Amino acid sequence: MEYYLGIAQTIGIHALLGWSAYVLLLTGQLSLAQVGFFAIGAYVSAILTTMFGFHIVPALMVGALLGGFFAMLVGFPALRVKGLMLVVATIAFTQFVSLFFFNVHWRRDVDGVMAGPDSTQGFREIRFYAANGWDTLDVTLFIWLFVLLVMSGLWWLDRSRAGTVLRAVGADDLAAQSSGINLTVAKVTAMTAGGVIAGLAGGLYAHSATYVDHLTFSVLLATFAIAYPIIGGIHSVLGTLAAVIFIQGILIEGLRFLGDWRNILFGLLIILIMNLKPNGIMDARTMRTIKRMFAGGKSADAK
Amino acid sequence: MLKLENLSKHFGGVRAVDDLSIEVNRGEVFGLIGPNGSGKSTTVNLICGVYTPTAGSIRLLGNEISGLTPNRRLVAGVARTFQNIRLFDDMPVWKNLWVAQNSTEDANKHNLLRRWFGGAGSDRDEIDALLEFSGLGGRGGELAGSLAFGEQRRLELARAVAAKPQLLLLDEPAAGMNLDEIKDLAKRIKGLREQGMSIILVEHIMELVMGVTDRIAVLNFGGKIAEGTPDEIQKNSVVQEAYLGKPQDVA
Repeated sequence: MEYYLGIAQTIGIHALLGWSAYVLLLTGQLSLAQVGFFAIGAYVSAILTTMFGFHIVPALMVGALLGGFFAMLVGFPALRVKGLMLVVATIAFTQFVSLFFFNVHWRRDVDGVMAGPDSTQGFREIRFYAANGWDTLDVTLFIWLFVLLVMSGLWWLDRSRAGTVLRAVGADDLAAQSSGINLTVAKVTAMTAGGVIAGLAGGLYAHSATYVDHLTFSVLLATFAIAYPIIGGIHSVLGTLAAVIFIQGILIEGLRFLGDWRNILFGLLIILIMNLKPNGIMDARTMRTIKRMFAGGKSADAK
Repeated sequence: MLKLENLSKHFGGVRAVDDLSIEVNRGEVFGLIGPNGSGKSTTVNLICGVYTPTAGSIRLLGNEISGLTPNRRLVAGVARTFQNIRLFDDMPVWKNLWVAQNSTEDANKHNLLRRWFGGAGSDRDEIDALLEFSGLGGRGGELAGSLAFGEQRRLELARAVAAKPQLLLLDEPAAGMNLDEIKDLAKRIKGLREQGMSIILVEHIMELVMGVTDRIAVLNFGGKIAEGTPDEIQKNSVVQEAYLGKPQDVA
């Protein structure tokens, strides 16, 4: 049971990370900086709970807000670059954050024990859950509470003018601008929202892992973050979740029995999906089929 | 209404538009014609803000707009369609219209939260009317990219109209249309003029230009070589020369 709850936690945290990239992808921005914001959320919230005795909820909020703040700062220069150049610029940001925490050495005496980020040794004393008697199930439910919250927020966004505007910018930025959309506002808002979600995910990650170091926040993780919405498709918010379950739950955990062969199959399956479902697992057609199933066979083509 | 004064746009050494002055009156359909490369599209892109002019001024209702971004110009009252259709293909037809709707100054002030995070609500009536206008009634739920070519053109026109502009720029709206579709487009353009909209029509298809415009300016090499009513333009020898070349003695 513990094992499955552990997977559920990983899926929840990665889904949040994926959605942080999804929001940006709606506006056509491909960002590898999400892991940078994730790292900021992780370190900041862990510092607050571990070194300053904060409750986890306000600590997560501060981490998320700071993630959003830095995302906004990255958002403005990012407006000037597109496509591959944005990818390169955002990789640089993730590396910068990772190396920053590599150099942070800030320990504090907490009830007779030294705690805090210890540069190369990592940040080892993140024990909020254990210290407050939360068991694995509590932690899992806590994480999934945020997963559901963010998911319904994004679901709502898709039905609002704001979400429609983001998609319009992603579809054709000149046409969007000529339709009265302020591109700067749209892109920076998406970047900020993505930063908030990534910061939140980072805080949840740090506390369930109980240990973080700068190597956690690698370009590989950043690649995963954008792979989820790309493989899942940006047609629906459920696509990212489906992709995380597929990759983390089935490919990584489910195929463990294959040993090293797993990696080959992993690559193969991603190539297959990209070819069979170029618009993601949850593309327009799949979603229509699902809707029709739930609508009991009658046409679900609501306006 | 719209006044271009000594407008120039140079790309390096190329003078795409050179010292162009044009005035468009309120409620007028103004044709902009000329051979390929004469600067028509550049002029459109200058008016709606894709390019900033090298020199000269663009005044809309007396206000200088040449420094504004395209979205600010839409708020000021200039909407456009594109030469090659640019819809939001993966979005439903009705959302294509929703995006452009009420992008006016007024709507921005009115209850921000509800405007951005509420549903379409009362906007739906207007959207339905626009769908009727474009002959797409009841098809709002389809994806814009799945519409037929002529329908996409009509939807793009509706999207421009959705912003309730004072001035509408149509960049070759009849390209690729058959004769029936062109007649239908002419009817729509006349309908919009009756609503008081000023329209600039850039077009190669003379049946359409001569049929719907009140006045025409002819461009060549970035400058204006003639201006007048459709009848005057058709008889103008400079225009004929620009399109067909100089008459030569064939001995």
